[in-house]
Amino acid sequence: MTAAAEGSPPLTADGIRRRPPLLQSESFQGLALISPTLLYALILLLLPILVVFAHSFWTQNYLTIDHTFTLQNYRTALTEPIYLDLLWRSLFVSLLVSLFTVVLAYPIAYFISFHGGSHKGLWLFLITIPFWTSYLLRVMSWKVILGYNGVLNSGLMGLGLISEPSTALLYNTSAVIITLTHAWAAFAILPIFVSLEKVDRTLIEAAKDLGDGPLRSFLRVTLPLSAPGVISALLIVMIPTVGDYVTPKLVGGKDGVMIANAIQAQFGKASNWPLGAALSVTTMVVVSLMAGGAVFLIRAAARLAR
Amino acid sequence: MLDRPTPDRRVPDRPMIEIRDVTRSYGAFKALDDCSLTIREGEFFSLLGPSGCGKTTLLRMIAGFDNPTSGTIAVDGQEMVGVPANRRPTNMVFQSYAIFPHLNVEQNVAYGLKRLKLDPVEEKRRVDEVLAMVSLNGLGKRGAHELSGGQRQRVALARALVMRPKVLLLDEPLSALDKKLREQMQVELRRLQQAVGITFILVTHDQYEALAMSDRIAVMFGGRIAQVASPKEMYQRPVNRQVADFLGGMNFVKAEVVEENGSSITVDTLGFGRVTTEKPKAFVRNGAGATLGIRPERLRVLWDNATAKYEVAGTVVERHYFGEITHLIVEIPGLEKPLSVTETNDFGADDIPVGAAIRLGYDRDALVAMAD
Ligand SMILES: Nc1ncnc2c1ncn2[C@@H]1O[C@H](COP(=O)(O)OP(=O)(O)OP(=O)(O)O)[C@@H](O)[C@H]1O
Ligand SMILES: [Mg+2]
Repeated sequence: MTAAAEGSPPLTADGIRRRPPLLQSESFQGLALISPTLLYALILLLLPILVVFAHSFWTQNYLTIDHTFTLQNYRTALTEPIYLDLLWRSLFVSLLVSLFTVVLAYPIAYFISFHGGSHKGLWLFLITIPFWTSYLLRVMSWKVILGYNGVLNSGLMGLGLISEPSTALLYNTSAVIITLTHAWAAFAILPIFVSLEKVDRTLIEAAKDLGDGPLRSFLRVTLPLSAPGVISALLIVMIPTVGDYVTPKLVGGKDGVMIANAIQAQFGKASNWPLGAALSVTTMVVVSLMAGGAVFLIRAAARLAR
Repeated sequence: MLDRPTPDRRVPDRPMIEIRDVTRSYGAFKALDDCSLTIREGEFFSLLGPSGCGKTTLLRMIAGFDNPTSGTIAVDGQEMVGVPANRRPTNMVFQSYAIFPHLNVEQNVAYGLKRLKLDPVEEKRRVDEVLAMVSLNGLGKRGAHELSGGQRQRVALARALVMRPKVLLLDEPLSALDKKLREQMQVELRRLQQAVGITFILVTHDQYEALAMSDRIAVMFGGRIAQVASPKEMYQRPVNRQVADFLGGMNFVKAEVVEENGSSITVDTLGFGRVTTEKPKAFVRNGAGATLGIRPERLRVLWDNATAKYEVAGTVVERHYFGEITHLIVEIPGLEKPLSVTETNDFGADDIPVGAAIRLGYDRDALVAMAD
């Protein structure tokens, strides 16, 4: 190991500290290490966002784009009831989906972490099995379950609970929520599992020793200490689901349409890129605000729990 | 040592903890093997032994984190088997301290009080009182990550003491501290125990720590309790070679038992002749073989024409200098192994040349006969 890697400039033979050569300096090495990913991210993330951002201030003139600055697209996006409606519904769906996902994922992550014994790896492996099939197939399988002649309807009819198939199961918002919750479960389980693994078990023993029963020690120690995992799970699920358009299209029907379907339409059939861009930017800003708000609320709740 | 327990300090003779025939097995392996022990109220008791001998296992069973495979444990007359940790009148100071990282010092200390739903003024008073007791006044608002090792140790101590337990359990509480701080904390812990009068059970693998702090010590080896005694008795009258060896250096001389009765035992040795000593309480003999022991500091160099009632003569083969003392290795004709002798340097023991012929004096009561 070189002296530079240990964080101090090398001491030369004559005992005078010299500035390390550029190529050996720690910050340069760090930059060099992340530069491929950084470049990749810059080109494939930042640039498209800039393009979208720029478009949102322009106007579509049939086949050409008018490059004069305008806020008209934002005016449309923020006043047209259909877009506001879709935006609210998307936020509502993503909020519910992320809450349900986290609530369902937490017990699983808890079980694996605390009672998985030496089979933790196996459990995590089992959780990833659904990813062996394509996302489309998984959504389709929900159609099979929730459909008019689907598994659920035939099951309920077989049990005599309903006399004719229910149409309330598929092609609405709840179908979107159910499907998304299932699809994102693994992404929520993993961060929660990781943060539970990091909870020092002696802390839980200490809580017991100080008089807490299992529930109280969970609420006062385990839950607050796993909050980072809960927050990241919440964000990991919330942010992408707002922009999902495949699921609503397949199982959402007329009622299940979300903002991303509208954006897709603007970039596609309606061929109004600037309006699509303005809708995208608006959604991005609103999602960021909602994510920030969620983090803030959880932190505040954790502080209160003390 | 400043706070060496005085033998006349009154410890009420009431049992606080009774451990009866406790065994803990992991499969075929016995981490604890048929241990019985009674610890008195108000006592500072140490569990001493090498790594892996079962000290933590025993302590965790008293705390309620583990249950015996067989046997019973009673605290203050109440049977504890089956009672969960949160309902036991014991509190623990963990080896890693287990300070809650999301809480500050005050919140850590008040953690167990919250359940008691005290009046906020009373709660604050109790927290402040115990923080003052461990000299942490003014640090109440510090976060758990802004504390030094010694301070964390005090927070862990305060958090347990504020619950006013009947028994305080300490699992190697000082082993993470540096030597100087450790010695200071030994004195403070002992003083604190005397002040609050709570029964302390300390787990340690440091024999000096156990000797300096305890009223009584249990020495454990391989899941069994080898001897329970006061520090002085433990040091001077160990029951067997293993215990003697663990509690500091000792010279062992091969001996043969010639007579044994109720309270005394007579052994024959080469070098020290025929010796009659008080018999250790738990002396168990296998055959005629036994061991005679003498601590290195109980042998003293006889200068010039000085004489002693009992003496042996030999040749210095090695000399090791340790500042205030010198360690001499002296070969005695007839003994298998040379004797080690610790002598203070006041009279120039550090100047004795290797190869010199010297005489060593000793008192008869420094010799102790023990099982192999
Ligand atoms: N869960 C377990 N499964 C199997 N063996 C165990 C388990 N816990 C402890 N042991 C064994 O029991 C023995 C006693 O362990 P214990 O932790 O009580 O030792 P200790 O005296 O506290 O040692 P140390 O001074 O190193 O802390 C050890 O040999 C250990 O390997
Ligand atoms: Mg231990």
